[in-house]
Amino acid sequence: MISLEQLTKVYGHGDQRTVVLDRLDFSVDAGEIFAVVGPSGAGKSTLAQCVNLLERPTSGSVLVNGENLSQLSEKQLRVARRRIGTIFQSDGLYSRRTAAQNVALPLEYLGVTAAETRARVAELLGRVGLSNKAGHYPHQLSGGQRQRVGIARALALRPSVLLSDEATSGLDPDSTRSIVALLKELRDDLGLSILFITHEMDTVLQVADSVARLDHGRIVESGRIVELLRDPASGLGRALRPARSHESAAADATEWFVSYTSAAVPADWLTRLADQLGTTVSLLGASIETVDGATVGHASIGVTGADPDHLIAVAQSLGLDARTEQPADEPAEILEQAA
Amino acid sequence: MSILTATLTGPLPLNNNVPVADIPALVFPALLDTLIMVGIVMLIVVLVGIPLGALVHNLAPGGLFENPALHTTLSWIVSIGRSLPFLILMAAIVPFTRFITGTNIGIAAAVVPMSIAGIAFFTRIVENSLRGVPPTLVRVAKASGASPLQIIRTAQLSEALPSIIGGLTINTIAMIEYSAIAGTIGAGGIGYVAVTYGYQRFDNTVMLATIVILVATVASVQLIGDRLVRLTTPHSRTQARLPRAARREASLV
Repeated sequence: MISLEQLTKVYGHGDQRTVVLDRLDFSVDAGEIFAVVGPSGAGKSTLAQCVNLLERPTSGSVLVNGENLSQLSEKQLRVARRRIGTIFQSDGLYSRRTAAQNVALPLEYLGVTAAETRARVAELLGRVGLSNKAGHYPHQLSGGQRQRVGIARALALRPSVLLSDEATSGLDPDSTRSIVALLKELRDDLGLSILFITHEMDTVLQVADSVARLDHGRIVESGRIVELLRDPASGLGRALRPARSHESAAADATEWFVSYTSAAVPADWLTRLADQLGTTVSLLGASIETVDGATVGHASIGVTGADPDHLIAVAQSLGLDARTEQPADEPAEILEQAA
Repeated sequence: MSILTATLTGPLPLNNNVPVADIPALVFPALLDTLIMVGIVMLIVVLVGIPLGALVHNLAPGGLFENPALHTTLSWIVSIGRSLPFLILMAAIVPFTRFITGTNIGIAAAVVPMSIAGIAFFTRIVENSLRGVPPTLVRVAKASGASPLQIIRTAQLSEALPSIIGGLTINTIAMIEYSAIAGTIGAGGIGYVAVTYGYQRFDNTVMLATIVILVATVASVQLIGDRLVRLTTPHSRTQARLPRAARREASLV
């Protein structure tokens, strides 16, 4: 488990003073994947460097399994870093070393014997599904394979925390999906706390249990993915789902936006809504999916001549939130910021 | 008239050109001298230049031991070594050379100024090669628990090796050139032969022989250097193993 307590990073002094990270507080439990999203310049890379102790925080602390790592001397720090495995963006491999030699790096730095290293490297490469690529150089591997080597390397010293710094950025969707699946598998098998820093909202949806949005060095919103998606007022929840255009309602109908707010929404809510209102309800656009086994959904419907208060009450009884307009915070804008 | 003709066409007593048959005996020992001189110099240059280049690189902003004052000082010293034309450097440090070697002529004396010029040159080459290594790799090494020396060895020097070897080739060739300049102050070697026989005695045959030998030497050094660069770069090494058609395909991808 890793926790940040009031983590603050300030660069410069006086007029030049810039607060890059402003009193961040969150923790990632063992077996949890916590995503941090935010636009470029929000402080994501500084956060990553503070977490893997490459940068010292100005104040506040980073705790791994309850132990404060931010007050250590340079030499102790080198040892402490080994508890946190870091996966870098895909260019983090040494070009003159084979996949196996890259995975062996942390063991080599630690001074592990050659025989032990060989065994551990073979085991790690097997775990990420690259046993047959041990002798390949980075340029002979695909982006996804390179990232798998990076993951194997990050796991070499059996860390309890895995930090993924834009690990899937620049990968094609298929590779991203396979890396995400691998991370989830490792999380389950090894009980890792994974801090997943990214700017890609759709990857967050695939990988994370919880998410926090970082903006101008502060966490502006955070929560469990499913809860955010079920909260129609949540800006982050809206940013997480792609903004799709929908059909417009007939001239005599009113447009309503409906979101699932609970797990107990009946699958035939549309018919039930129409029955109980005694009117026609037309479906203009919808997306219903399961995230981590929980159903979430959003729909635009056109309703002819129904009493608004009655409609809201009926929707509520079905586990739905209904409103006549999209909440003010434009999801498209957040997406754009995030990209 | 006939006497004059006879004098002009007959063997000239004043002509002391080296007979063609004797040229190898003159030129090859001189080449050996040059190789020894350049060899010793390059050994010193590599032993001093690599640590010095790594130090200058890591004292710079963003380096492992960031220290602007020390970086500026070292950088200035290197720049001074780089900015003096070799002939002037050589003349300027004669007292220093004599202090170290006890002489100011011969191979030993030439090694001192050549090493100084070579170290300054190579320090910059190493620094420049290290700058070409992606900074992520240093972060990777740090995050993997590497000590500063391990970082320099594995993340910086090892990754920059092909580029450093390329620079070393250029440096070696420059040193061969410097050895010829050092020849003018009696350092021996092929440059000395070229100056005393080719230039001062107008012996064009010797001059031509030294030129051929210098061109061949420089070409061989370049060839070996290029080969080593290719051997140390996995990308080109694996590409060279592919048949030509596959290589063309790979370059299209």
